[in-house]
Amino acid sequence: MAGMRLSRKTEFRETKYFYLFISPWIIGLILFTGGPILVSGYYSFTRYDIAHDPVFIGFENYINLFHNDLFWKSSGVTLYYTIVGVPVGLAASLALAMLLNVRIPGQRIFSTIFYLPSVVSGVVLSLLWVWLLDPDFGVVNVLYYKITGMAGPQWLSDEHWVIPSLIMMSLWTLGNNVIVYLAGLKSVPANLYEAAQIDGASRFRQMINITLPMISPVTLFLLITGIIGSFQVFVQADIMTKGGPNYASYFYVYYLYQQAFRSFNLGYASAMAWVLFIFVGVLTWLMMRVSKRWVHYEGGGE
Amino acid sequence: MSTQKVSRSSSISAGERTVKVAAFSILIILSVLMILPLYIMVSTALKTQQDVFLFPPEWVPRPAVWHNFIDAMHARSFGRFFYNTTTYSILGTFGEVISSAFVAYGFSRYRGIGRNFMFMILLATMMIPYPVTMIPQFVLFKNFGWIDTYLPLVVPSFLGSAYIIFLLRQFFNTVPVDLFEAARLDGCSELRTYWNIAMPLCAPALASAAIFGFMYRWNDYLGPLIYLNTESKFTVSIALSSFTSMFNIVPWHLLMAAGLVAVLPPILLFFVAQKYFVQGIVVSGLK
Repeated sequence: MAGMRLSRKTEFRETKYFYLFISPWIIGLILFTGGPILVSGYYSFTRYDIAHDPVFIGFENYINLFHNDLFWKSSGVTLYYTIVGVPVGLAASLALAMLLNVRIPGQRIFSTIFYLPSVVSGVVLSLLWVWLLDPDFGVVNVLYYKITGMAGPQWLSDEHWVIPSLIMMSLWTLGNNVIVYLAGLKSVPANLYEAAQIDGASRFRQMINITLPMISPVTLFLLITGIIGSFQVFVQADIMTKGGPNYASYFYVYYLYQQAFRSFNLGYASAMAWVLFIFVGVLTWLMMRVSKRWVHYEGGGE
Repeated sequence: MSTQKVSRSSSISAGERTVKVAAFSILIILSVLMILPLYIMVSTALKTQQDVFLFPPEWVPRPAVWHNFIDAMHARSFGRFFYNTTTYSILGTFGEVISSAFVAYGFSRYRGIGRNFMFMILLATMMIPYPVTMIPQFVLFKNFGWIDTYLPLVVPSFLGSAYIIFLLRQFFNTVPVDLFEAARLDGCSELRTYWNIAMPLCAPALASAAIFGFMYRWNDYLGPLIYLNTESKFTVSIALSSFTSMFNIVPWHLLMAAGLVAVLPPILLFFVAQKYFVQGIVVSGLK
């Protein structure tokens, strides 16, 4: 803390123990995070197939990357999934959390039910949804037929439906976000609403003027982690679609994986990794900066 | 509780009642939608192969073929895969929690020079996608001769993980400093203070961290996919991913049965430790 003066001796002791305790993390940071980032920066300027030593080729990988249609396709697919999926997911999570925040019987049972699907994840989740979205025998189209009397979309086998299908699937596992939002809603001081009620503010106005600003730090956190998570979609592409149909779900990390561990273009894949790294870094920085305009922090005067 | 409401003006309680009834109805509908996929999973797992492809589908499988679970487990050596996944998940989680708690205590307790800077780096590394570091890590472990072993998946855990360190630091920050100062005055060494005082106090936080670590490893796919090649070393996830390739027609009944067995440990863990679970999510998500 800035205001507190530490004696020289205390300062030395504090520093000594600080670095002693965090030393495992520092070793890990150098070996498994910082080091690899630098090394992949180096690889990105080489031709490297792991069997032979890397050969320096300058910017060739980056030039090839930016001239490759598949790079742009996979970036586009990933951005599409992110730009639609993350906001829709956040809005749905907030709506669910608000519903769960109404004092009604069975609240805890509802919370458990909404969280339960989130426990199913990874490969099992993907396999389950391949079955649910089966165009002929899956429950989604069976219900669709019962309700509309028409055959449903081909979902994962349709170029235009595959990303919406995956977004729909992601809405089934919102449990984490809902829990975080619910905790955020519960921490909004009740006297704010009481004051608004006395002033005659409608429920809708209360939501716009009190709830949304008060939980904006939560929204920022979920937005950043949500976007970063959505840039890394891999399991769905590998298990459900193999990137298809017609590359419509050829996610960025799936492409990177194919290049690195199927084609053994490790230099090219490293260039992809660096592009991702820089993109995530710049985007996070931008979001933090812009957030100062819309995120409300308790005690931070205007 | 309802008596308090009566004393208020009737217009408010009428409005509130409408909101409650509406919320309750929507929640019921959404709950059905949430449960439905799980129900389909269970009912498919209990059908015969022919009945899976009936149209219209039967909602309650008759007869329920419990034998599917045994068939699914025997279709591949799932016993082995469960053993692998359990050992790996427990070992990796143990290493991650022990080391992360140590580091988190350092971050929370000591005002060393450069602490804020180090903490910024910690936060920044939480944002770095795994694919960014994946390739050099693979090369590194290949040079160690660790490919097709569990070492690349377990050893790094023993150096802590940014996310868990952050989570535990939040908990350590809530422990009153006086406790530690008192221990220091009593001549208790720093390491002993950590081990005998801080650790027991944060047992609930450690439980939260352990649950996260276990769930993450149990479900992880990309890591094991890169490092494990030999079938006898597969995790459950890897085995499930290639399960269908062994058949001409996808055996959905067996696949769902195997999938159910695979999610059973996380589901049990969730029900047993729901409190720690929710606590962990909340602490890492707020502030």
